Amino acid sequence: MSQFIYLTFDGLSRGLVYAAFALALVLIWRAARIVNFAQGAMAVAAVYVAYSVTNATGSYWLGFVVALLAGMVLGVTVERVVMRFVDHSSPLNGVVVALGLVLILQGTLGILYGNEYLPVETPFSRDAFEVGGVAMLSRYDLFVIGAVGTVVVALTLLFTRTAVGLRMRAAAFAPDVSRLLGVSVGGMLTLGWALAAAAGSLAGMLVVPTELGLHPTAMDVVFVSAFAAAVVGGLDSPIGAVVGGLVVGLLLSYVSGYIDVTVTPMAVLALLVVVLLGKPGGLFSSSKARVA
Amino acid sequence: MTDVKPKASAAPVPDTGLIVPKRRRRPHPVLVIAIGAVVVVALTYVLPPFRNYQLATVGAYFCVTAGLTVLTGLNGQLSLGHGALMATGAYTLALTQNKFMNLPFSFAVAILVTTAAGAVIGLAAARLRGPYLAGLTLAVAIVVPSVTSTFDETFNSDQGLSVVLDPPPEAFPMEQWQAWLCWSAALVVVLLLALLVRGRFGRDLRAVRDDETAARLAGINIARTQVLAFVVSAVCAGVAGALFAVLAQSVSPGAFPLTLSLFLIMAIVIGGLGSLFGALWGAVLLVVLPTLSQSVGEQTGSQRLEGNLALIVFGVVLVVVMLAAPGGLASIPSRITRLIRRNR
Repeated sequence: MSQFIYLTFDGLSRGLVYAAFALALVLIWRAARIVNFAQGAMAVAAVYVAYSVTNATGSYWLGFVVALLAGMVLGVTVERVVMRFVDHSSPLNGVVVALGLVLILQGTLGILYGNEYLPVETPFSRDAFEVGGVAMLSRYDLFVIGAVGTVVVALTLLFTRTAVGLRMRAAAFAPDVSRLLGVSVGGMLTLGWALAAAAGSLAGMLVVPTELGLHPTAMDVVFVSAFAAAVVGGLDSPIGAVVGGLVVGLLLSYVSGYIDVTVTPMAVLALLVVVLLGKPGGLFSSSKARVA
Repeated sequence: MTDVKPKASAAPVPDTGLIVPKRRRRPHPVLVIAIGAVVVVALTYVLPPFRNYQLATVGAYFCVTAGLTVLTGLNGQLSLGHGALMATGAYTLALTQNKFMNLPFSFAVAILVTTAAGAVIGLAAARLRGPYLAGLTLAVAIVVPSVTSTFDETFNSDQGLSVVLDPPPEAFPMEQWQAWLCWSAALVVVLLLALLVRGRFGRDLRAVRDDETAARLAGINIARTQVLAFVVSAVCAGVAGALFAVLAQSVSPGAFPLTLSLFLIMAIVIGGLGSLFGALWGAVLLVVLPTLSQSVGEQTGSQRLEGNLALIVFGVVLVVVMLAAPGGLASIPSRITRLIRRNR
């Protein structure tokens, strides 16, 4: 029982990271109808930037902030320089270009930093508090919950309570009408990519210290898990992404705790197959029409 | 399935540069393959052993890129899981070969097993489109190391298995024998693909890719066409994987990383999606570019450059070709002439 409680908390903390990453995928999907397969590599690049800054200055928090900014810059660059010019008549094209970006980013990072796993420090201890002899949350888990919670709340407020958020939704939902009404559709798209890349970088910063370490391919499996989370939630729904993230996090935590860590990618594949074949629109798709 | 008249299945096809112009009649595939076989045999006598080994590798890559270009280029299904299918073929060959020591039998088993694997993934793939399919096959590609470490009594986790082979007939050096083996497999595979694609099946593939509704109205069974395309392509990947196992005389999950699947996509995109000749150029590049980048790395004395430079070059090629010439490098001359004509 105590193991079950521990795994549950561990899964929730992990799931929140997947949720942040899935949110990044959902943001871009809603804005541009592209699944950004380069999200993982972009997040890893941001974490490498943080690694350099932290090593140079000795401050984790400076590195943390710089990573989010670097992620944003990278997101804007990718959208403005590459993705904007992709021919979207076939959905294949966007995916293939994103895969090209993955190769470029991984190759560049490999040349700059080498292909070894670099150890990354966490700002807080990962030793779990014990309540009555049962291990529960660690300080780091609390930090993850706080960070992802802040992002989710901030994004919700942005989209539902501000003029910019309204414009972003309008630009995604009805680009032509929005353009006639004076909304800068291209600008909103770029903003969407920036926000998404920042969320992805945050997820990278949070997840890399809990895994093997920093490596150009460190986010590959995380990307697949987050994609599964986004698909469980339906790709179109931010709330779905958060719930999907928690579902995937719990599943992976139980699988690695009760069976073996090596089985987790298979569990993700199984979940993807079940969801995609059972309910391709995701668990939260009630209507076929697009709801912005 | 009702009888399909060619007219009916010719859905409004966008000018994507994938359609071969009708003016020039193409030589029959059998003729092309026969010429190819003569060229390859001649090459194996001229080339030094290491080049022969590389030639063999090109042949093995050609199998999988040809299959993938039929799936992605002609049928519009993007698979990131072909690296995993290659691993399936390679591991099956290794296990069977080590048990029975009979190479043709091992190949047959490898083909059978990848057919089954392709059918399973293809059944799921037929219900998915675009990014969903890409995501699912990506998960398949990621799963390879996980499977080999979970069932490590069979697959010996990261170390992998060695493949025990009978020595080649004494008259031939090892590398030449390997080149012959790989290229006979590649040429047979490509000939079958070319014959398949020329006929009604190829027309069905294109019709499904271009407009599913129109294809269905023309009496094409969409799901069956898609699953068949996936199975055909999976078998090609399985044969390629088995060839790689023979070439390296070992199999390990490290030989089939996610980047391999991405490289395969690059190979078919650069040659022009859907073109078997393009798949050949892609296969050549898959061998040549890493070798070049390795020699650049050696010259500059930078170990980090060696593997990673190839990644960057492949990535840049992929992005640039997709943005500038989605029909592949072969389409660039015709694009330029079209541009000039339009400007006149």
